[in-house]
Amino acid sequence: MGTEAPKTIFDRIWESHVITRRDDGESLIYIDRLLLQENSFHAFDKIRRENRKVRNPGQAFAFADHYVPTRDRARGLDAIADPEIRNMVELIEADTRAYDITLFGLGDIRQGILHVVGPEQGITQPGLVIAGADSHTSTHGALGAYAFGIGSSEVAHVLAVQGLWRPRPKTMLVDVVDPLPAGTTAKDLILAIIARIGAGGAVGHVIEYAGPGITGLSVEERMTVCNMSIEAGARAGLVSPDDKVFDYVKGRPYAPRGEDWERALAYWRSLPSAPGAAYDRRVEITGGEVAPMVTWGTSPDQALAVTGRVPDPAAEGDADERRRMERALTYMDLRPGQDLRAIAVDRVFIGSCTNSRIEDLRAAAAVAKGRQARVPAMVVPGSGLIKRQAEEEGLHEIFLGAGFEWREPGCSMCVAINGDGLQPGERCASTSNRNFEGRQGRGGRTHLMSPAMAAAAAVTGHLSDVRDLLAEG
Amino acid sequence: MDPFETLSAVAVPLEQANVNTDQIFPARMIKKPRAVGYAQFTFHDIRRDDAGALRDDFPLNQDKYRDARILVAGVNFGCGSSREGAVYTLLDSGFRVVIAPSFGDIFAANCLKNGLLTITLPEATVADLRKEISAAAAPRLTVNLEAEEITRPSGETLAFEAEPFQKHCLLNGLNEIDLSLEFAAEIDAFEQAHRARLPWLAVEEG
Ligand code: SF4
Repeated sequence: MGTEAPKTIFDRIWESHVITRRDDGESLIYIDRLLLQENSFHAFDKIRRENRKVRNPGQAFAFADHYVPTRDRARGLDAIADPEIRNMVELIEADTRAYDITLFGLGDIRQGILHVVGPEQGITQPGLVIAGADSHTSTHGALGAYAFGIGSSEVAHVLAVQGLWRPRPKTMLVDVVDPLPAGTTAKDLILAIIARIGAGGAVGHVIEYAGPGITGLSVEERMTVCNMSIEAGARAGLVSPDDKVFDYVKGRPYAPRGEDWERALAYWRSLPSAPGAAYDRRVEITGGEVAPMVTWGTSPDQALAVTGRVPDPAAEGDADERRRMERALTYMDLRPGQDLRAIAVDRVFIGSCTNSRIEDLRAAAAVAKGRQARVPAMVVPGSGLIKRQAEEEGLHEIFLGAGFEWREPGCSMCVAINGDGLQPGERCASTSNRNFEGRQGRGGRTHLMSPAMAAAAAVTGHLSDVRDLLAEG
Repeated sequence: MDPFETLSAVAVPLEQANVNTDQIFPARMIKKPRAVGYAQFTFHDIRRDDAGALRDDFPLNQDKYRDARILVAGVNFGCGSSREGAVYTLLDSGFRVVIAPSFGDIFAANCLKNGLLTITLPEATVADLRKEISAAAAPRLTVNLEAEEITRPSGETLAFEAEPFQKHCLLNGLNEIDLSLEFAAEIDAFEQAHRARLPWLAVEEG
């Protein structure tokens, strides 16, 4: 007693999920929940081809989100004109029916983006190991779960085995030592963190976010932070759960209840990292210095405070990095030294698993209220339930009154595979998570930012410092 | 999965760092069934210009590298989306080995499941290898997984370290699910104890 080294939350979750270890040091880790989406069809094909049984269908949940239309939902599948896209939505319906897996599908009020609906339904809980058929599964770490994305072969492996082989990852503590200033958001914080550690800076690590700059955030804001862990190369990001998380989970459809709730709560309270626990790496972030951020390049780490200027590759000493910057500027059609706030946009997208929750919509609506969009702008709620809540709060009327489109839930223009997308050369202010070349449509140019900043871009027609608009009232 | 034999093949250098899976295999192609053959999609958008014509400055489009089966890439190759199509498309194009200073985590795991060997070497070594391949008239490498050795165009050899389990699976062409199911008794026992300890894990909608 008392001699054991203090543990991190990750240590505790990992150690309680090791089924067995192999000679080479890899462990077979038990997977509590598996999250699927339309692109999981390769995994079901593999299961069928190899004639496997799905071990625990009740522990898998599927979501129609990547390919669903964001308009005309009353027509159901008929709203999808492209037969290949329609086929994707039909496949997930057929596969989940065949293997008796719960689907949050088209026509279900609970339908939405997997990383929004999982927490919203109480499927995501502290202490769980969650594998998802999508790299942004790290989102679920906001509730104190170890959650990570996997490819289709591993999805098939989890379906058949309920476990995955893993070397024990390293841990990285991102300590946000003070709160964020007024007018900045969780999105600005995570963009600042990624800019600091780099797109590959956390490869092989699980990030734990901690400190007053994190505990001060709501659970939804923590999801925004954990969501983009993958953009720094980390497969997972998590936060030690606290009362905010327990209150968030309580009463949700899949949350424990009654006596189970009390037992779960006692267990969850034992999870947070102990003071003095060891991490392989530590990074300190001064939250108070974070300003509203935008990306200028084609990788999420190419981000700056909106008050800055497009950087000059010539000032970069490292030749590889210089080439990378030049390529990004060419693709983005930007010049070194340009004032970021002078960059005009063609379109605005508010949505995605990073920023489509109710708080995001409220923040965008607060900026849109009483103003008019100067460029086409669309708002895509993260789930049907969020959409309904927003409508109860009258947010849709604010958006519609300001000339924004109010769409149905799904991934939409975050990945542009459902038919919503940019035209070549179009420039978009987007609340999503990837500004990769072609991500929002071939030749499209993406600037990542927070919902309030995207709304500010919509009503001014260019990248803008939302603090200036908020000061106007 | 076919066992990995010693591979002697053309290698193609790709200078760029942080090549993501959207660049390897654009998202809009994911919905295509594998049966259509994914080779046509490999690096689709970055190897073509806006009009859809092949760009001369993209190495894979050059005659010298036409039959490449080994890719020598930059840091953080395969970052971004978890889409396994990025691996299928490389395999369908004939690739069996990717050499890079580092890989996107999920991409590397996906490679292993599909018999695509990933080799991690120090950044300077990989840069040097890319340079040598670009300069060589016959840009061939020989990758001997058993011996953990690469033979360069110059004839010199370069040692690498393979992860032992990956090596075992690749050399024998093993199916990972079959191997894992050999632990069925351990999985059953673990699951029973886990559910007893955390009884609320049983999934029920309230
Ligand atoms: S919203 Fe974007 S990042 Fe999130 S799950 Fe959908 S496609 Fe992936």
